[in-house]
Amino acid sequence: MSRLVDALLPVFATLAALLIGAVMLLFLQVNPIQAYAALWNGAFGSVNAFAETLVKATPLLLVALGICISFRGDVINIGGEGQMIVGAILATWVGLTFTESPGWLVITLAMLGGFLGGAIWGGIPGLLKAYFNVNEILSTVMMNAIALQLMNLLVRGPLIDPAGVAAKTYLPQSERLPQQVWLGRLVPQTLLHSGVIIAVLLAVMVYVFLWRTTIGYRIRAVGLNPDASRYAGIPVPFYQALSLTLAGGFAGLAGVIEVIGVQHRLLEGITSGYGFSGIVAALFGGLHPLGLIPASWLFGSLLVGADMMQRAVQVPSALIDTLLGLVVLLVVGSQMWSRRLATRRVIALARKNAEAQP
Amino acid sequence: MSEIITSAVLIGILTSAIRLATPYLYAAIGEAISEISGVVNLGVDGIMLLSAYGAFFVALNTGNLWLGLLTGALVGVAMGLLMAFISVTLKAEQGISGIGLYMFGLGLSSLLFKTTIGTVKTVVGFQPVRIPLLSDLPFLGEVLFDQSLPVYSAFLLVPLAWFILEKTTWGLRLKAVGQTPAAADSLGVSVDRVRYLAVCVGSMLAGLAGASLSLALVNLFQENLTAGQGFIAVALVYFGGWRPLGILLGALLFSTVNAFQLWMQVLGVAIPSDVAVMLPYLLTIVVLAFTVSRVRGPAALNKPFERGEH
Repeated sequence: MSRLVDALLPVFATLAALLIGAVMLLFLQVNPIQAYAALWNGAFGSVNAFAETLVKATPLLLVALGICISFRGDVINIGGEGQMIVGAILATWVGLTFTESPGWLVITLAMLGGFLGGAIWGGIPGLLKAYFNVNEILSTVMMNAIALQLMNLLVRGPLIDPAGVAAKTYLPQSERLPQQVWLGRLVPQTLLHSGVIIAVLLAVMVYVFLWRTTIGYRIRAVGLNPDASRYAGIPVPFYQALSLTLAGGFAGLAGVIEVIGVQHRLLEGITSGYGFSGIVAALFGGLHPLGLIPASWLFGSLLVGADMMQRAVQVPSALIDTLLGLVVLLVVGSQMWSRRLATRRVIALARKNAEAQP
Repeated sequence: MSEIITSAVLIGILTSAIRLATPYLYAAIGEAISEISGVVNLGVDGIMLLSAYGAFFVALNTGNLWLGLLTGALVGVAMGLLMAFISVTLKAEQGISGIGLYMFGLGLSSLLFKTTIGTVKTVVGFQPVRIPLLSDLPFLGEVLFDQSLPVYSAFLLVPLAWFILEKTTWGLRLKAVGQTPAAADSLGVSVDRVRYLAVCVGSMLAGLAGASLSLALVNLFQENLTAGQGFIAVALVYFGGWRPLGILLGALLFSTVNAFQLWMQVLGVAIPSDVAVMLPYLLTIVVLAFTVSRVRGPAALNKPFERGEH
């Protein structure tokens, strides 16, 4: 029973946030029912809307998988944005450089490159945390800023679209990738690409990794109790650095997918804030790789719905960003109750065992 | 290079540096107060954004800058109460709570900006007030004593914070609660009350940081106006070793790099501005790597206090 309450806490949190959002809508003199109806229609109203929901859920899931690994290792990764950007940059570079090779090879290379780039971007704060005791929250935020500037520099300089230069528009974006590098469409006439399958497969793999392999077990052990892990002979700093490196890799992959699956080029705003909303999805999914699948889907639909709401009733989609912040606050705030419930469970179990003893 | 940096340019750079240090000073000293009591508030940037918006909105509609400043401070206190409720009363993980607060502030300030202001507008912000005699000093006079009131008060906050932290009972209580909450509790100090107050005072200062940004530095509001300055302020607390003087040095270091880069852009010196913009962030990481392991922070930092756990 109390386990069910645990699992439902994020759902309550979201409902509470939507309720607060309804009050805010009233203040903005918008009918909340109309606004939320637009949100619902935008997310589920048509095949296209549904496809777009899955398209947005894909990078969310990838970022959230990374967040899940790092949080399980008790390392907080706020650097999803920067890691995504670095992944996107490398994917673009690979796609524009190896134009003579077969598409599948370039796509594979782009994914590996993006994963590696994100992993380096997460690994630096990871090493700093593990061996120099630098707060990873701060360093990952700084790495975000550096990656952002790096991208701004590239899309205005070395990687700028020659077509934009010729037309004198100088749009801050790269050249379009050759079509052979694009991820295939799953449903014709929609944006849905095969990246969603990759993300779901990876979710299963992360589950197996965290719960069925020694390395995964050690990451979780370090997260649960670093002191006990140290006594057990686990090199704690190494596993902390590793979990942040892996987290960066997954976020980097999300950047790759955005480039080869959706935009087909590098451009400003490529991350769409997924680095942050991925944290919300991860918390919402209870930091369980399989739980993240429905959580990301739900948040993807919220984001798509928010766009529709903006068009239909002229409520800025920033409302949804605000509500996502509230969801985080409500979820972490309500964890005290789930902790108390857990304590009560343990006590009740102990009593039962004591009574069972003759 | 040498012919570009004339004394007029140098005065320009240093005057900007003093101005640009203002939001860092308010926010970082506020964060230090909160952290000394044991609460890491990572929502500073979100608080700054919402306060910068609130202050700007009120100043734009009433024409009263002081009312704007007050609004900024009050928005800060309100956000502080929210943070304190979640991290002290509900004992939530402070890092993630702060990120939630940041996302909330970022989203709400954009939402309100779009619905109530719409396009980027400007106000006539706080004007420089020349301090008689001192402002006539060669060189230093122009740099230090021809600034606006929010700038002066940010620098006065440094000795004031030092005095409160080192010489008053409240400062001692703050430290006791941040070092050994159980001991403070057993001596009859209410850990929760001290932390609530510290978080609210800290957030109020973050609010002033935001208000000074929109009313004394850039005189406008736009989405994500702070561009991560609140996070740098948190880093400055570590840099400064939780001491006001250390924070002052860090803030000046950052603002000087910023001012230098802005002036180089103005003068058209050929360093790509994006590279220059990266500098402060790179600097933060390097500085964190070299200072954090050496300075010891409050022992109970980031640890919710529960009676009877020790």
